[in-house]
Amino acid sequence: MTARAQNNSTWMSGNEAIALGAYEAGVVVASGYPGTPSTEIMEYLSTYDTVYTEWAPNEKVGLEVAIGASFAGGRALATMKHVGLNVAADPLFTASYTGGRAGIVVLTADDPDMHSSQNEQDNRNYALAAKIPMLEPSDPAEAKEFLKRAFELGEELDSPVLLRITTRIAHVKGVVQRGEVAAPTDKPEIEKHPEKFVMLPAMARRRRVVVEERMMRCKEIAETADFNVIEDGDSTRGFITSGVSYLYVKEAFPEAAVLKLGMCWPLPEKKIRDFAASVEELYVVEELDPFLETQIKAMGIDCHGKDLIPAIGELNTAVVKKSIDPQRAPKDLYEPVELPPRPPNMCAGCPHRGIFFTLSRMKKVFVSGDIGCYTLGFLPPLNALDSTVCMGASIPMAHGMVKALGEGAHDRVVSVIGDSTFVHSGITGLINSVYNGSAATLIILDNRITAMTGQQPNPSSGSTIRGEAAQELDLEALCRACGVKHVRLLDPHDVPECRKVIKEEVERDEMSVIIAQAPCVLLPDMKLRKPVSYYTNIDNCVGCTSCIRLGCPAISWTVFEEGEAEARGYKKSQKGYSRIDEVLCNDCGQCASLCKFNAITRGEPTR
Amino acid sequence: MSVIRNILFSGVGGQGILLASELTAEALLQAGYDVKKSEVHGMAQRGGSVTAQLRYGERVYSPLIDPGTADIQMAFEMMEAVRYLPYLKQDSTVIVNTQKILPPSVATGQAVYPENVLDELSKRDIRVIGVDAFAIAKEAGEVRTANVALVGALSVHLDVEATVFESIIEQRVPQRFLKENMKAFAGGRAAGGE
Repeated sequence: MTARAQNNSTWMSGNEAIALGAYEAGVVVASGYPGTPSTEIMEYLSTYDTVYTEWAPNEKVGLEVAIGASFAGGRALATMKHVGLNVAADPLFTASYTGGRAGIVVLTADDPDMHSSQNEQDNRNYALAAKIPMLEPSDPAEAKEFLKRAFELGEELDSPVLLRITTRIAHVKGVVQRGEVAAPTDKPEIEKHPEKFVMLPAMARRRRVVVEERMMRCKEIAETADFNVIEDGDSTRGFITSGVSYLYVKEAFPEAAVLKLGMCWPLPEKKIRDFAASVEELYVVEELDPFLETQIKAMGIDCHGKDLIPAIGELNTAVVKKSIDPQRAPKDLYEPVELPPRPPNMCAGCPHRGIFFTLSRMKKVFVSGDIGCYTLGFLPPLNALDSTVCMGASIPMAHGMVKALGEGAHDRVVSVIGDSTFVHSGITGLINSVYNGSAATLIILDNRITAMTGQQPNPSSGSTIRGEAAQELDLEALCRACGVKHVRLLDPHDVPECRKVIKEEVERDEMSVIIAQAPCVLLPDMKLRKPVSYYTNIDNCVGCTSCIRLGCPAISWTVFEEGEAEARGYKKSQKGYSRIDEVLCNDCGQCASLCKFNAITRGEPTR
Repeated sequence: MSVIRNILFSGVGGQGILLASELTAEALLQAGYDVKKSEVHGMAQRGGSVTAQLRYGERVYSPLIDPGTADIQMAFEMMEAVRYLPYLKQDSTVIVNTQKILPPSVATGQAVYPENVLDELSKRDIRVIGVDAFAIAKEAGEVRTANVALVGALSVHLDVEATVFESIIEQRVPQRFLKENMKAFAGGRAAGGE
């Protein structure tokens, strides 16, 4: 009945499909940095033995690895989330001039609605700015096909190609067809092509012209390529759309004529003109920026777009209906009921909690934060993170604040950064802090893994993407090599010790680094051990709420009813007691280290 | 356009919602439907409120369930069963695990877990089917099979043979817990009716 019944048909996520596409395309080298919603591509790809895959320390390095592989003659893929392309923009813009010897595909996974991101930039703008072709699939099946086609297109034009997906392609599962695996090409071998590999001004000026010629050729391809399809239909309303928005248009206006753009840069001007002329009213439906709309209007074509359709957040079928034809939108919806919110929280036993609990007690200190699980230190009851901008920003921002505050401000600002983020782009900030005489304390939250995106190893983990042993980056030695004189190791689960060490280092009028070391509780090794649970001796609990203020998901507060405290033998003034959920407890002991009343005890091992 | 049915899975990160929605999707695929499923990973998963959206029919375009169009909600937690009310159809069915997981504001005494929270559904003519998945899983011999028990309860409401589910569970769960998972599925089926 469906495609599923046919041979070679499978059901997978967009990310899994892209990995399959890369395998079928004969990608030789793939490099990337984890980032939602792109992460699983590289994880799935690492399961194919024929493709070399790796986690790079950041997206710039990942793309440069890919460019190098292409210069050697192998097809190469670099994967990243949308903000990762900001980091990789430098090599991207010049790779546009060089091209390569085999295809370079740059996968950008945008996150409209910011499910797991700090902004919702629209990376289609990069294709225009870097002057490279961009393909945009609508579903997992197309994601796989377009990835393969991106290599062919890039090699035909000698250009890197951007493949742009969004959360609703990356993390959507659908039916996908397996295809042929490309025949092995020539083994990569060194060839020197200085005229296109060495971008000195004299050479770059010549390549600059080649780039323009290439994009003109690409425009011609766009006119006839089957990426850009006209689907005939009722011409009262005609739609130009791309990516996941195409699916919403098909459900909202199944009868309408549609021009589906699979190649979003450069645009097929003639095809767009012909389509526009064939419909009574033209609507451009796209998520985020009016990228297509601006170009179409610049062609002198009148259309509706962001005058009707929101530029903020994700679209869906209902939003498309409501914006264009409210009669079609669902009606009589149930109103939401007010409920206590359920924001994400650091896990029970998370080593970050001890540090943020300590910082939450230091009210006059500004905590310059970074990107990772620990960004959740912002949430109540800890409320212990005062800024987050981008990967690696915590350290230079703290330095800048101290310099702006002037003399005697060394104990006013602390920066916190995870191990993976520190390696990603924190190290240069630290070097700057030392070089330019900062005195703001840095705390590296070293949980041995890139945790937020789902436990990917990084250079400080001591293992590769395939779980093979790798040289482990020595963070302490690295900080010392940067010139930091005061580097201290700390067990974040020992909360009184955290208080002591952080206080001492914050007061020091010199740059110091505290490395808080304890593994993420979600690491497979940590999950496999049978954690011993802590439990509350209710008789000893005086209701001081010290442990409650940790905000641990395993600890909850029970309020006494009127008169219950006295009836149960507690002080009349006691308002309640705390209780540990032994199933949720992950055996970190932070609560016990805080309890002054011997009311929290570690249980006996059950195995 | 052909009829598309929508199942919304809701709960708390870490409850096994992704696996449950995966088993359900596999069963619907084997029954011959086109199926799309959408999830959100990353920050939202850390103990927060999570959903998975599953749509099936002859040809499914959009991966997202529109407000007011969910036919069935499979809720893994009672308060989460109510949170997504605007997504439910007027005559929809909610299968709910009768478990409370306290959000941080409640656990720290800043807010109160609403009493009889499921009344918010039943008073709006939504059919509510409560399932004590934890008890079923315990009875089956492994508390971590609660999500499979819930799939059992959901399966009663889908036009797919139980044997299809059973063969998928057989392929997808660790062999050493197969017996417990099968028991949990059967227990869920028994509890998932009217």
